[in-house]
Amino acid sequence: MLGKAPSSSEITPEPLYLRRREFIRNALLFMATSTGVGGTLLWLMGGKRASEPKSSSANEGPPSLMIAGRSPYSIDEPPTPYRDITTYNNFYEFGLDKSDPATNAHTLKPRPWTVSIEGEVRNPLVVDVDQLLTWFPLEQRVYRMRCVEAWSMVIPWLGFPLGDLIKRVEPTSRAKYVSFTSLLDPEHMPGQRRRLLDWPYVEGLRIDEAVHPLTILAVGLYDKALPNQNGAPLRLVVPWKYGFKGTKSIVKIRLTEEQPPTTWNLAAPHEYGFYANVNPTVDHPRWSQATERRIGEFRRRPTLPFNGYAEQVASLYAGMNLQKFF
Amino acid sequence: MKTTVKKTPPHPWLIPAVFVGSLTPVAALLIQGLRGELGANPISQALNQLGLMALVFLVAALACTPLKTIFGWTWPLRLRRMLGLYSFFYATLHVSTYTGLDQFFDWRTIVDDVTKRKFIFVGFAALVLLIPLAVTSTNAAVKRMGYARWKQLHRLAYVAPILGVIHFTWRVKKDVREPTLYAIVLGALLLIRVVAYARSRLSVSVAT
Repeated sequence: MLGKAPSSSEITPEPLYLRRREFIRNALLFMATSTGVGGTLLWLMGGKRASEPKSSSANEGPPSLMIAGRSPYSIDEPPTPYRDITTYNNFYEFGLDKSDPATNAHTLKPRPWTVSIEGEVRNPLVVDVDQLLTWFPLEQRVYRMRCVEAWSMVIPWLGFPLGDLIKRVEPTSRAKYVSFTSLLDPEHMPGQRRRLLDWPYVEGLRIDEAVHPLTILAVGLYDKALPNQNGAPLRLVVPWKYGFKGTKSIVKIRLTEEQPPTTWNLAAPHEYGFYANVNPTVDHPRWSQATERRIGEFRRRPTLPFNGYAEQVASLYAGMNLQKFF
Repeated sequence: MKTTVKKTPPHPWLIPAVFVGSLTPVAALLIQGLRGELGANPISQALNQLGLMALVFLVAALACTPLKTIFGWTWPLRLRRMLGLYSFFYATLHVSTYTGLDQFFDWRTIVDDVTKRKFIFVGFAALVLLIPLAVTSTNAAVKRMGYARWKQLHRLAYVAPILGVIHFTWRVKKDVREPTLYAIVLGALLLIRVVAYARSRLSVSVAT
C-alpha cells in the first residue's frame, strides 16, 4: 500500500524553490568574480614581497671576515639592518626593481676573481681578490650612503683604503683620473642582455678623490663577505658621493690622464654628473635633493652637503662651481 | 489583481563583486604594511602600487565602451562609473601617501616638486582632471548639467590616463616596459573609439 501523499502545505512552492537556486548561483558568481577581479589586480601589482636573498652556492669566499679594527672614519649613527641593506639595491645587471638584485644575483660567480690595475702606473697588476685581502688589513667603515633617488642608509662596510692599492702600483705623473670597470657577463648578469645602459658599468674618480682616506674598496659588510647583490666580491665606496658612483663587482681599475666616460653620465648627462657629490642645493630633474628618507625612519631628514663629510672633503673642490660640475 | 514584480537586473552579482574585488589592492597594502612586508622602503612601495592601481582603473573604465562596440556586451557599461570612481579613489590615496606619508605635509617642498619635477606636474594635472569627473559622476549631475554638457566634460576621461601614462613613464629611470604596456592598451582603446566614431559619421552622411 502506498504511503500517504504529502499535504500540499509541505511542498516548497515552485517560485521560491527557483529563487533559492538563483540565489546560490548568484552567490557563487559573486565570489568567483570578486576573486577574479582581486586576483587580477594583485597580479598587476606584481605581488612583490621583500624576498629572502638566495644564497650563492658558488660563493666560496670566507663567510666571516677578520676586522683589523674600527676606523676613526666611521660615523656614530645606527647602522641600517643587514636585511634592508641586502634586499633593497640598485644593480641593474640583475634587474630594475630594488628587490631584483637580491632575487637574481645568485648567478654571479664571485670566485675565482681577478682585478686588473693598469694604465698610467709603473707597476701594473693582475691580482686575485683574495690576494688583496692578504696585502691590506680590513677596516670596518660605518658610512652614510645616499642614493640620488633620495633614500639613504648607514652601512658598516668592511674594506681597505683604495689609496693603499693605488700607492702600490705607483701612479705616474700623468695619472689624473681613475676609472672602475665592472664585470661584463650577460650569461650570469641577465640585465646586461638588454641595452638599458652601455655595459659594462664604468665609473670614475679624480685621482685625489681616489686616494682620499675615506674612499675604500669594500669586500664585506657587517662581518660578512659582500653578498652578490651588494657588488661581490669587490666594490667601490665613496661616501660623499651618490651611490651610483660606487662601482660594483670591479674587474678593472685604470689610471688615466683624461676624464673617463662613465655609464650614467653617458646615459643621461643632464641628470648624472661625473662628480656626483651629494649636494642638497642641486636638484636632480626627478628628485629634490634637499631631504632624504633614511631607510627604517618614518620622517625625512635634511640632506647634508657632501653627505655629512664636508669637513673631510670640501677642500677637494675649493674654487669649483658645484652647480655646474654636479 | 496582478502584483507588479520589480525586474531583477541581469547579472545582479556583477557590480557588488567588482566593488569588493577592487578593494583587494588597498587591503593587501594595509596587510603587508602592518606585517612589515612592503620591503625596506614601504612608503615608496605603497606610493607606487597605489599610483599603478589608479592607472589600471582608468584604463579599465575606458575599456567598457570598446567592449560593447566590439563584442556587443552591455554589462561593461554598468561598471564604467564605478571603475572610474575607483580610479579616483586610488589616485587620491596615491596623492595622500605622497603629501602625507612621504612629504609629511611639507607644502613648500610639495609645491616645488609639482612645479619643478615635470613627472610630478603631469601626475598632478591628471588628478586635477579627475576631480570634476568624480564630482559629476551622479545621475543628478547629468540632469543638472544636461547630457550634452556632461558628455563634453567627461571627455576628460580620455586625457587623464594619457597624463597618467606619461607620469608613469617619466617616473621610472630606465625600465619603460611596464608603462609602455599601458600606453599600448590605452592607444588601442582610443583607436577603437576613433574608428567607431568615424564609422558612425560615415553612416550618417550616407543616410543623408
